[in-house]
Amino acid sequence: MTAPASTQTVDLAARFPQSVSADARPGYSGFIVKKENLVEVATAIRDEFGYDLLATVTGVDYLAENKMEVVYHAFKTTGGAGLTFKVQVDRVDPVEVPSLINVWAGVDFQEREAYDLLGIRFTGHPDLRRILMWEGYEGHPLRKDWKEAFFEEETKPFKSRWPDGKFAFAEENNPFRDNLKFPADFDPEAYQPETEEDLYASLERHTLKGDGLNTDHIVVNMGPHHPSTHGVLRVAVNLDGETITGLKPVMGYLHRNHDKIGERNTYLQIIPYTDRLDYFNSMSNNFGYVVTVEKLMKIPVAERAEYIRVIMAELSRVQNHLIFIGMLMNDLGTMYTPSLYAFEERELILDIFEAVSGARMMCNYFRFGGVVRDIPDFVLQKIKDLVYDRLPAKTDEMERFLNENEVLVARLKGMRVLNAEDAIRYSVTGPVLRAAGVPYDLRRAEPYSVYDRFDFDVALRHDGDMMDNYLIRFDEIRQSLRILEQALKQMPEGPINSQKPQYQVRVPAGEAYGRIESPKGELGFYVVSNGKPNPYRYHVRTASYVNLQALEKMCVGTKIADFVALLAMLDIVMGELDR
Amino acid sequence: MENEKLSLPNYNIPEDLENVVAITTLDRLYNWGRRSSVWPLMFGLACCAIEMIAAQASRYDMARFGMEVMRPTPRQADMMLVSGTVTKKMLPAIIRLYNQMPEPKYVVAMGACASSGGPFKEGYNVVAGIDKFLPVDVYIPGCPPTPQALIAGMIKLQEKIDKQSIKKVRWYEKGRVDANYVPMPILGPDLIDVRRNAEIKQAAATRATQESA
Repeated sequence: MTAPASTQTVDLAARFPQSVSADARPGYSGFIVKKENLVEVATAIRDEFGYDLLATVTGVDYLAENKMEVVYHAFKTTGGAGLTFKVQVDRVDPVEVPSLINVWAGVDFQEREAYDLLGIRFTGHPDLRRILMWEGYEGHPLRKDWKEAFFEEETKPFKSRWPDGKFAFAEENNPFRDNLKFPADFDPEAYQPETEEDLYASLERHTLKGDGLNTDHIVVNMGPHHPSTHGVLRVAVNLDGETITGLKPVMGYLHRNHDKIGERNTYLQIIPYTDRLDYFNSMSNNFGYVVTVEKLMKIPVAERAEYIRVIMAELSRVQNHLIFIGMLMNDLGTMYTPSLYAFEERELILDIFEAVSGARMMCNYFRFGGVVRDIPDFVLQKIKDLVYDRLPAKTDEMERFLNENEVLVARLKGMRVLNAEDAIRYSVTGPVLRAAGVPYDLRRAEPYSVYDRFDFDVALRHDGDMMDNYLIRFDEIRQSLRILEQALKQMPEGPINSQKPQYQVRVPAGEAYGRIESPKGELGFYVVSNGKPNPYRYHVRTASYVNLQALEKMCVGTKIADFVALLAMLDIVMGELDR
Repeated sequence: MENEKLSLPNYNIPEDLENVVAITTLDRLYNWGRRSSVWPLMFGLACCAIEMIAAQASRYDMARFGMEVMRPTPRQADMMLVSGTVTKKMLPAIIRLYNQMPEPKYVVAMGACASSGGPFKEGYNVVAGIDKFLPVDVYIPGCPPTPQALIAGMIKLQEKIDKQSIKKVRWYEKGRVDANYVPMPILGPDLIDVRRNAEIKQAAATRATQESA
């Protein structure tokens, strides 16, 4: 790990001696805040200490200590290490923690997620509903005493799978022979499903009033099966005529229980699961996860592997942005042609991924301390051909075809997306934030891996309209190509992993929050280890999920037709959004 | 792929009438028309959907097999490509879409998740295979299947269509209007498959006695 170790730059305990104490558990860092003073301390963190961007909120269930902990990670958009602070509450029913929604609007969905999966009630949250599971679902799955229907053992590898002649299917232990679990004395015929009244009631929160006309509002549900929602996202839109007066994303249609499965898995077994988070960029996801675990393990990364990692991550950024441009054109009505051009280039990059890792999309390529295989020479030559010749030419070509197009310019220019202030308030990261004029790129703000060795500019645009959001993707492709050129030149020979290949890694007890600049924004992993082969808590902070919070702000007041384009600007991907 | 040509073999058609006249059976004509224009439902669930798009794009070009016309509405679709993890929350929507598709309709389970739950099978929100609810015609292994594998699966489906007979297919059977109607599951404390209500009730009662004992 070449990135500077996360140092506590502020002493919160000195500022609030009564209510804040440093977290003294071995392997842990940050501060523990008393529940009663949380809002006060958080406000000071934001206003006095300048941590304006709250990256994550998540909960940890310490069952043995009978505690629930809520962990916050705040960062400065000017860069540098973050500030971790926590609240501990007794594990009694109901677990209540004050909501920080009035301090950082970006805690909205993340608090709802913690409520849904851990049962932590955030008092003062205006819209505390389940978010990933449906209303009426029994239990809070991430609690440590909650067992899924196919529960076999706490952690993998399952003893029943040892090759000693004993072999069991999870189905055999379940009365339904299926992934089902019902409370005692449940009567399905008498059951009344929960309605969605709360959802529709919450839509009226932003109702625009006072245009004099006494018109009815109508609710339009877009999705979960809708061509413009980039997957199985559902958005309930409240309309006054064609104007959006309220909007709520409804998600969880691809909630694949990443966190819960991750906690059962060993550290190494998680890597292929991270591939399936943002399925366009499996290399970036691997990167974020291994960076986090390496932080915990405190191991160095082989020099050559660092460069291979950067090359793979940047290639995946290039193809992600190409796809973004193609898909945006689809959403704007230029059906297929631009996206076919984009897919042509993407296939060439996927060929490289396939050659190095064996899989086109789900690469599973990174390991703790390095990568799994070296790049063969012919692949290196392919990468060089792409980076030096083909991709710059094709990017130029795409720009030439599209950027001057009158229809496109008329559609995109001047259509507001987000201003800088709102973007930070809603914890938006990635290209959307940079298009609004905030030069916040983790490759610069808190360099990880070897990004501090490359000469590149943080892509930046200032208007924050759709045109800027679109053009910044081209800027980023060019900067990525710049990094790729340097990485290819500087890449040393040598081993590709600093560790011996192993099936089980030792991770000392403690916690770590690792983050990288994924193509869609900040991708963070929060891992708590208790020294066992499996993580105690494993949480993913994905850019799509957190960025989506701003959608309501972006869309209210615009027309329904703009919603599709605005959603496209966020560049969400459902695997990452629902996890 | 023996039925690719419309004409039956062993009929001598004069050379100047080739491509103008075909001698064939009704079954063959019917199947030939359907197998050459399988319109998939434009419907992506997860990672597999991206490979489905890649298969539609220029390099793999599924249009060669008459399958490029993705219909966003189920009313116009012949085939549902279940491309990705089926979650409990999504399942009612999938079943509603399936019920809205007119016969003849086919279901292709693309990838490990749609076939069996795949790597996410143990997840509490994951349905272990769409075949628990819908009749699946072709399973395509892979995580995700490459576009080549997807196309191979589609060709398997075409072969299946080739073998069908107009006399036996379920959608022309008398008195079976809703031959393939699937009752909507309900999202309760867990996914309630209404066809298994009695079983659920019994298991819940058993659990109650176990817990009180």
